[in-house]
Amino acid sequence: MSLGSIELGVGPAAALRPLRLRGLVVDVPIMLAVFAICTLGFVVLYSAVGESSSLVLRQAARFTVAMLVFGVIAQASPRALRVWSPWIFCVSLGFLLLVMVNGVVGGGAQRWLDLGLFRFQPSEIMKISVPMMVAWFMHERRLPPTFTHLLVLLLIICVPTLLIAQQPDLGTAILVMASGGLTVLLAGISLKLIVGLGLVALGSIPVLWNYMLDYQRARVLTFLNPESDPLGAGYNIIQSKIALGSGGLFGKGWLNGTQAHLEFLPERSTDFIFAVMGEEFGLLGLLLLLGLYLLLVGRGLYIAAQAQDTFTRLLAGGLSLTFFVYVFVNAGMVCGLLPIVGVPLPLVSAGGTSMVTLLASFGILAAIHGNRKLLAT
Amino acid sequence: MSAAVPLKDNWKEQQLFLSRLIAAGLIILVLTGLLIARLIQLQVVEYQVFAELSQGNRLRIQPLPPTRGLIFDRNGVVLAENVPAWELIVIPEEITDLAASLQSLEELELLDPAEHESLVELVRSHRGFERVKLVNLTEAQAARFAVRRHHFPGVDIQEGLIRNYPFGELTGHALGYVASISPADLERINRSDYAATSLIGKSGIERSYEDTLHGSVGYRQQVVNAQGRVLLDPAASAGGASRPESSQGSLETRWPVPGDNIVLGLDVRLQAAAHRAMEGLRGAAVAIEPATGDVLALVSVPAYDPNRFSAGLSRADFRMLNSDPDKPLFHRALAGHYPPGSTIKPFLGLAALHYGALEPDRRAMCPGYFVLPGHSHRYRDWKPQGHGLMDLHESIVQSCDVFFYQLALSLGIDHMAAFLRDVGFGARTGIDMNGENGGLVPSREWKQSQFSRREDQVWFPGETVITGIGQGFTLATPLQLAHATATLAAAGQRFQPRLVIATEDTVTGEMTVSDPVRLEVLSDVDEVHWQRIGAAMVGVTQDLHGSGRTAMRGTPYSVAGKTGTAQVFSLAQDEKYDADEIDERLRDHGLFIAYAPAENPTIAVAVVVENGGGGSTAAAPVARKVLDAYLLEEEPSVAR
Repeated sequence: MSLGSIELGVGPAAALRPLRLRGLVVDVPIMLAVFAICTLGFVVLYSAVGESSSLVLRQAARFTVAMLVFGVIAQASPRALRVWSPWIFCVSLGFLLLVMVNGVVGGGAQRWLDLGLFRFQPSEIMKISVPMMVAWFMHERRLPPTFTHLLVLLLIICVPTLLIAQQPDLGTAILVMASGGLTVLLAGISLKLIVGLGLVALGSIPVLWNYMLDYQRARVLTFLNPESDPLGAGYNIIQSKIALGSGGLFGKGWLNGTQAHLEFLPERSTDFIFAVMGEEFGLLGLLLLLGLYLLLVGRGLYIAAQAQDTFTRLLAGGLSLTFFVYVFVNAGMVCGLLPIVGVPLPLVSAGGTSMVTLLASFGILAAIHGNRKLLAT
Repeated sequence: MSAAVPLKDNWKEQQLFLSRLIAAGLIILVLTGLLIARLIQLQVVEYQVFAELSQGNRLRIQPLPPTRGLIFDRNGVVLAENVPAWELIVIPEEITDLAASLQSLEELELLDPAEHESLVELVRSHRGFERVKLVNLTEAQAARFAVRRHHFPGVDIQEGLIRNYPFGELTGHALGYVASISPADLERINRSDYAATSLIGKSGIERSYEDTLHGSVGYRQQVVNAQGRVLLDPAASAGGASRPESSQGSLETRWPVPGDNIVLGLDVRLQAAAHRAMEGLRGAAVAIEPATGDVLALVSVPAYDPNRFSAGLSRADFRMLNSDPDKPLFHRALAGHYPPGSTIKPFLGLAALHYGALEPDRRAMCPGYFVLPGHSHRYRDWKPQGHGLMDLHESIVQSCDVFFYQLALSLGIDHMAAFLRDVGFGARTGIDMNGENGGLVPSREWKQSQFSRREDQVWFPGETVITGIGQGFTLATPLQLAHATATLAAAGQRFQPRLVIATEDTVTGEMTVSDPVRLEVLSDVDEVHWQRIGAAMVGVTQDLHGSGRTAMRGTPYSVAGKTGTAQVFSLAQDEKYDADEIDERLRDHGLFIAYAPAENPTIAVAVVVENGGGGSTAAAPVARKVLDAYLLEEEPSVAR
C-alpha cells in the first residue's frame, strides 16, 4: 500500500480500510491529534515550570517512550488482546496488591512500585485492564448482561477501585471506576436500571445527611463550596479561577501569565496546568485544546462503531469514553465545576505513567481498527 | 464469530451498542457545552473582575488570629491573659534569599544565630503566602528593625498578642504553657485554622484545653501590588477614601471567633501559700474540694516561669531547664511516683474494719519490731523501743508500724490491693490534664506479670508485711493521695479530680458550668468504720502523742491528718538511720495528708516533700499553711 492512500483526500472508502504503512498499522487521525495536543502541552509546560527546558525535555523523553508503546501495541491483533485480557487484569491486580505490601510512599500515598530501573503506578494500568476485563467477560455472553453477570462485573470493577482508593488516590480510583462502569453501560444494561440506581442514589442523600456528624457535614460543605475555606482547601480553586478568568478571550500571551509565574497558582505543571493554559492563551486556546480532545474521543467512538465483535466494540467505546471523563474531570475541577480530585490533564500534565498508559490505550484503538477483519457485506 | 456462539444475536447486539454509543456521544456534547459555558462565564463575562485581581494587583488572603481565651481561678482572678507585643514575621514567597536575610537579622541582634537552622526549617514548612512568626521583639528591637525595614523585603513586624501569666512560676505547673508552633505541632493541627496563630498550648491546661481556648481563625482579602504592599484592605480602611470600586464586590472579611475563657477550680491563694511554703524544696502539694473533686491547689516545685516559653525560649535555655537535676519541668504532683509510707495506714485500717480482719477494739503489743512466724528477719518500728500496748486508734495516732505489720498479714495482700484500688490508687484519676501517671498497687497478679523469672513471680509474706506501712512496691502520685484523702473526707463519696469547672463563651458571655464527675461510691463500708478512722486522724493532730500535733497546734478548725515517711534508702538490718550521714537525695520523703474541718470537711490536701525527712516536720507545716489560707483568709473580691 502506497503512502498516497493514507491521505485524507482519497475518499470515505480509504478511512474504512485498515491503514498500513509498509505492513505497520498507523492510525493517522489519532497520531495527528496526539502530536498536536502534546506539542501544545510542551509549550504550556515550558511556561508552567518557570521556563526550564530540562523539565520539558524530560517530558519529551516520556512522550517518545509512550509513542513507542503506542506503535508496538497498535500491531497487536484484536484476538490476541482478547485472549490476553484476563492475564493482564490478573497481573495488574497482583501489582496493586504488591504496592499495598511493598510500595514506595510518595506525596503521602503509597502508590508507586519501584522496579529498579524506573518507578511506576500500577493503578494507572488499571484504567486499561479493567475495561479489557469487562469487555472480555461480556464477549462470550449475551448482551445486555443479566443480573448475575452484573454482579460479576461489579466485582471486577470494585476490587481494583477500592484497592486504589485506599492508597489513597481518589482521582485514579474514580477514573478506574468510570472506565469499567462506562464499558458496562455500553454493554447495554437497561435504561430503567440506570435511572433507578440514579434515583436511589439521589434519594439516599438526605437520609445520609441526617445520619452524619457535624464535622462530617462541615467537610462535605467545604467540598461543595471551597470558597468557604480560602486558607485551606479553597486556596487552589480561588487562584485557578483568577488565572482562568484573567486570561480572557485571547490570553495574556505565552510566558506572561502572572498567576503562574508569580507562583500564586499551585500544582501548575500537573493538575492545574489547564489554568496556566487558560491564563496565557485565553478562551480561544482552551477551545482549540478541547477541540483536539473531542477529535480524539470522536475517532475512538467511530472505531467502536466500526468494530466487529463484542470485545473490540466494548473496549474501544469504554476507552474512548474514559478518555473524555479524564479531560472533563480535570477541566471541570480547574474551573470550579467539580470538587477537587487529583486528576491530571491527559497528555499535557507533567508525568510519565499516565502518558504511557494513555498512548497504550490509543494503541489498542489503533490495533482494533487497523487489524480488524474486513467482512464482506 | 457468531457461529461459535449461536445464542448471540450479533445484529441486535450491534444495534443496542450503537444506540448506547450515540447516547454517550450526545452526553459528551452536552458536558463539553457545559464546560465551554463555564469558561465563557469566567473568561468573558467575569473577565473584568478577575483581570483586576490578577493584573498588576494581586489578591492576598490575610489570616486574622483569634484571641486566646483567658484563664481565671475560682474567685475570678486572672491566671493567664494576652498582652500586646511586637512580632518579627516573614512571608516566604516574598523573600529572595532566606539564609541571607536571616543572617542580616542576626547581625542586627534580632535573631539568635544558634536558632538559624531551626528557623530556616520553620519557614520552609510553611506555604509561600503564610506569615511565619520568627520571634517576639522588645520595644527597642522593634524600633531598630523599623528604620531598616526597606532593606528586608518579605520581612515585617506586626503587633501581636503574647500570653502572659501574672503569677509566673506560681501557676506554672497548674496551667502549663504556650509556645511557638513547631513543625511537629503542624502535623497534628488543622493548619488553616492556625494560619495566623503563633502560640499553641504545649502542656497542662493550655494543652488539654487547646481546642476550647484557641477559637477559630478569621481572614480578610487584601489587594496588594507585586511588591506585596497593601493597596486595598477593606477591613482596615472601612470608609476609606481611595478604594477602587470595581473590585470591591469580591473582597470579603470574616472576623475570627475568640476562644472560650476557662474558669478553674483553683484558688490562687492556696496555690501561693503552698508554693511559698515549699520554696527551695522539691515536692508537690495538691488540695481538693471533697464535695466536688475540684482541685484547689496544684503545686509542684521547683517550678518554671511559663512566661519564658510564650516570649520564646532559646534552645540553650530550654536545654538548661530540661537538664536541671532538680527537674523543674517535671510535674511531680501528677506524675511523681512516691511510696505513700504511713499515709496508707488510715486506708488499710478502714480496709481491715470493712473486711472484718480486725476486731475494732483489738489490742496488740508493740515491742519495736515484728517477726514473721518461722522467720528471723526483724521488721522494725520507727520507734526502736516500741509503742507498748496499741489499738487501731492509737497506732494511727502514733503511726505504730508493728500494729500495721500484723494488720497487713491478717488482711492479706488480695484484700489490701482490692481496697486500695477502690479508693483510687494504682490507676490514673482521670484529671483533665495531660501527663498523669497511674502509681502502683502491687498484687499477686501484678508480680506474676511483672517478672520473667519464675522464682521472682512468687508473692512473699514479707512483701505483704511492708505493704502494710506503704513501703515495698506501692507507689502513689500526690494527686492520688489527695484524691483518696478527699474520699476519706466525704466518707466514700468520690469525684474525679478536675481543674476546669466552667467555660465562658466570649462572644455571648454565656457561662457553661460543668457538673462534678461522680465516681463509684464506696457505699458498702459501714458508717461506723468511717467515723472510727476519722476520729483516729483527728487524734493525729490533737492527741498528746499525735505525730501531726506540732504542725497543727492552735488551729481554730479541727484537722484530720496522717503523717508519712517514705524510705528512699534501704538500711541494713542493724543500721540506724542518721540523716546527716547519708546523701541528701537518699534522705526520706516526708508526706502528709489531711482534711478539714474534720466534722464538715471542705478541703482535702496531700503534701510530699522529697528528701525532706519525716512527714511531721517537712510536709505537715506546708499543709497547715494551705489549710489556713483556705479556711481563715477572706475570699478576695474580684469584680468579674
